[in-house]
Amino acid sequence: MKTPRRVAWIVLSVVCLAAVLAPWIAPYRYDQQFRDFPATAPGAQFPMGTDEIGRDRLSRLLYATRVSLALAPAAAAVSIVLGLGFSLLALSRARWTREALSGITTLSLSLPWIFLFVILRAELPLNTDPATSILLTFALMGIAGWAWAGRVFSASLRSLAGADWLLQARASGMHSWRIAAVHMWPHLRSIALAQFRVLIPAYILAEASLGLLGLGVAEPLPSWGNLLKDLQHPDTIRANPWALAPLALLMLVMICLEALGSDTNNEVTV
Amino acid sequence: MKPSAGLTGLILFTVALGPAAELHFTMAGDPKTLDALQVAESHSETIRYLTGGVLLRINRTSGRIEPELAESWTVSTDGKSIALHLRAGLKFSDGTSLAAADVVRTLQRALDPKEASPAGDAFRSAAGDPEITASSIRDVDIRYKTVKPGLDHLFDQLAIIPEKTAKYPATAGPFHVMDHRPGQFVQLARNPNYWKHDSAGRQLPYLDSIRIDIQQNDDIEMTRFLRGELHLIANLDPENFDRVAKEKPGAARNLGASLDSEFLWFNQAPSKTVPDWKRKWFLSTAFRRALSQSIHRDDIARVVYRGHAHAAAGPFSAANKVWFNTAVKPVAFDSAAALKELSAAGFVLQKGVLRDHEGHAVEFSVITNSGNRTRERMAALVQSDWAKIGVKINIVTLDFGSLIERITKTMDYEACLLGFNNVEIDPSEQMNVWLSSGAQHPWWPNEKTPSTEWEKRIDALLMQQASSGNAAVRKKAIDEVQKIAMEQEPILYLVNPDYLCAISPSLQGVAPTAAPPQIWWNIEWLKLE
Repeated sequence: MKTPRRVAWIVLSVVCLAAVLAPWIAPYRYDQQFRDFPATAPGAQFPMGTDEIGRDRLSRLLYATRVSLALAPAAAAVSIVLGLGFSLLALSRARWTREALSGITTLSLSLPWIFLFVILRAELPLNTDPATSILLTFALMGIAGWAWAGRVFSASLRSLAGADWLLQARASGMHSWRIAAVHMWPHLRSIALAQFRVLIPAYILAEASLGLLGLGVAEPLPSWGNLLKDLQHPDTIRANPWALAPLALLMLVMICLEALGSDTNNEVTV
Repeated sequence: MKPSAGLTGLILFTVALGPAAELHFTMAGDPKTLDALQVAESHSETIRYLTGGVLLRINRTSGRIEPELAESWTVSTDGKSIALHLRAGLKFSDGTSLAAADVVRTLQRALDPKEASPAGDAFRSAAGDPEITASSIRDVDIRYKTVKPGLDHLFDQLAIIPEKTAKYPATAGPFHVMDHRPGQFVQLARNPNYWKHDSAGRQLPYLDSIRIDIQQNDDIEMTRFLRGELHLIANLDPENFDRVAKEKPGAARNLGASLDSEFLWFNQAPSKTVPDWKRKWFLSTAFRRALSQSIHRDDIARVVYRGHAHAAAGPFSAANKVWFNTAVKPVAFDSAAALKELSAAGFVLQKGVLRDHEGHAVEFSVITNSGNRTRERMAALVQSDWAKIGVKINIVTLDFGSLIERITKTMDYEACLLGFNNVEIDPSEQMNVWLSSGAQHPWWPNEKTPSTEWEKRIDALLMQQASSGNAAVRKKAIDEVQKIAMEQEPILYLVNPDYLCAISPSLQGVAPTAAPPQIWWNIEWLKLE
C-alpha cells in the first residue's frame, strides 16, 4: 500500500470514527443554543466558535458529518448501481431494447428534476419526521442521478463490447455473468469509482440547494449541506473563518477518495 | 499638445458650473411599469414617488398633510367631499400645462374598472364611485355619497398624469424618467418645470439627476457603497448594518422600530389535513396565550436581529406614533406562567412532553418561506423555547408560492411564521387582516360570519373607524382592536425589526423616518456635497 493511499485511509477512518462517535465526543448537543454567545469567535468554550444563534460549530459539524457521510455515498452508490444495470441491459442484442433504454436515459437527463422534488415536498405531510425526509431526499437524488453515470458506463461498455478478448471469452463458452464479473468489472471499476467521487459532492451540494425547497435536512438537524449555506454570506466567513470547516472537511474527504481511487486506477492499468 | 483657447474656455466654464449632482443608489429589480396608475410593487413605487406630482403629501416626519400641486383644500364637515384648489402656472416636465381637467382625468382613469388601477382602490367606496368635477381651471371637487374617512390622506399615492402617453411619461414631480435599460439602470433627470422653490427662490430639486442601478446582490451593493460609488442603501439587514457601522461609522443609520412586524399564527380554519384535536388547541385562547408567553421575544431581537429589533406589542408598531395603543405591552417571557395556564386548560407535562386531556402529544409543524435566514433563525429559537414546555414543532421551509397557496387556498398547514411590511400608518391598511371576512385574515381567511364574539367586536370596531370622519372616534376604536388582539392573540406578534439603512455623509438634507419611503421622502430637498 502506497503512502498517499495509507494516509487517505487513515484520514477517512478518523473522519468516519468522529462521525460515529459524535454523540460522545461532541462538546454539546447540536441544537443547544447559547444565546449569550451568538456568532462567537473560537475559544476555550467553543473551539470553532458558535453560529448566529449561539450553537457550537464543532458539535454541529460532527453531527453533520454523520448525516452527510452516511447518506451522500449511499445515494451515489444507488445512482451507480442503477446506471450500470441500465447500461448492461443496453448491451442487449435486441435493437428495440437498446433504443428504448437510450430514450429513457435521454428523457431522464432532460427531466426538470427540481419540479419532481417540489411535487414530492408538496405531497409529503408537513409533520414528516426529519429522518424520513432526509432518507427520501437522498433516495430520490440517487434515483434521479443514475442517467449521468449510465451514459458514461454505456460509452465504456460499447468500446469494450468489440474487444478481441471478449470475443474470445464468448467463443470459449463463458457465461455472460462470468464475463461481466471477471473480465469487464475490472475495467468498469475505475469508472464507477470516478463517478462515485463526482456524485458525492454533487449530492451534498444538491442537498443544500434542496433545503431551499423545504426538503432535505430540516432545522435543527445539521448536515454539510445546510452548514455550507453559511458560505453564501461573506460576512460569516470574515467574522469566523471556522465557518469554512465544513467545506474544508468536504474537500479533505474528496481528496482522500481521489487518492484511493487513483491508486485503484493504477492497479487496473498495470 | 497644448489645449486650444476654445477648449480652455470650455473647461473653465464647466469648472465654474460645478459637477452635475447625481444621486446614485440601487434597486433589486426593474420597475414593472412607468405608468403611475398601474404601480403594484416596490420598484415601480420608488420611481412613482421620485417622479410623480401629487396634490397633497403626507409629511413623513410630522405626519401632517402638506400642500403640493394643490395649494389649498377643504374637507366638508360631513366627511363626504373635498375641494382642492390647484397652484397657478403648473406644468408637466414636457412643458404642457397642468390644470383641473388633468386631475379629473387621472382620477377617472384610476377608478375605471377596465384600468384595474391599484391607485384607484383607495378612492373607491362601497356606496359607489365619487362624483369628480372641475369647477374651474384650478378647482376640483370630489363628492362621495357616504362618509369617506381620511379623504385628504388618499392623495399622497396619486400621481397626476398627463393626457399624452409616452414611453417615458411626462411628470409633475421633481424628476422624470430619462432612460430605462431593463436589468441595468433607470436614469432620472430633474424636472425643469417643477413648481417648488426654496426660500432663496432657487428652483428645486437640488439634485440634477438620479441613477438607480438594478442590482440584486446585496454584497455587491454593500461593496460599492463602502467604495463610495453609491450614496445610500435603503434597507440593510443587521449583519450588513453592523459592517457599515464598523467600516463607515458615520453612514450607518438605525431609525428605531419600523412599521413592519414578524409574527406567527395557528390555522384555525376548518382543514382536512389538520386533525380535530389539533384544531381544538389552535382555537383555544389559553393555548395561544400560553405558547405566546413562552416565546422569548427579547432573545429574538437580541440574537437574531443583533439587537436591531424590538419586541412587538400587537398589530401596530410603536413606531406608528399616531395609532399605536401605548397601554398595550409586548407579551413577557414566562414559561412557568405558560405551563400554569396550559395546566388550567387541561394540558399535562409528562416526561418532558406536553399532552392534551385526550393524551395527544402537542406536536405540530410551523411553515415559513425558504431562503429567509432571519425567519429560519427565529423559527429555531421558537422551537427551542417551546421545547422547554414540552411542545415539539417541525420547521418546514417552503418556496413562497407553495406557502401562499397553503395559507390562502388549501389551508394545508398548522402554523405559519411570516411578516408584514406595512407601508401606511393608517389602520385602513390592516382592514383586510383584521376583518373576519378579509382575504388576508391569516388564521381563518374569508370567514362568512365572525366565528367568535371577539372577532365580531373587532369587525364592528373596524367598520366604526372606517365610517367615521372623527379622528378621536377612530383612535378609540383602533385602541380597543389592539387590546382585543393582545388578549386573544390570534396572531402571536414577535418583533418589529428596526429600520436600518446606510447614507453617505455627502448626502445632505436627509431626514429619514420610519414611514416609507424612509430616506427619499423629501427628495427635492436633498443635496450632494
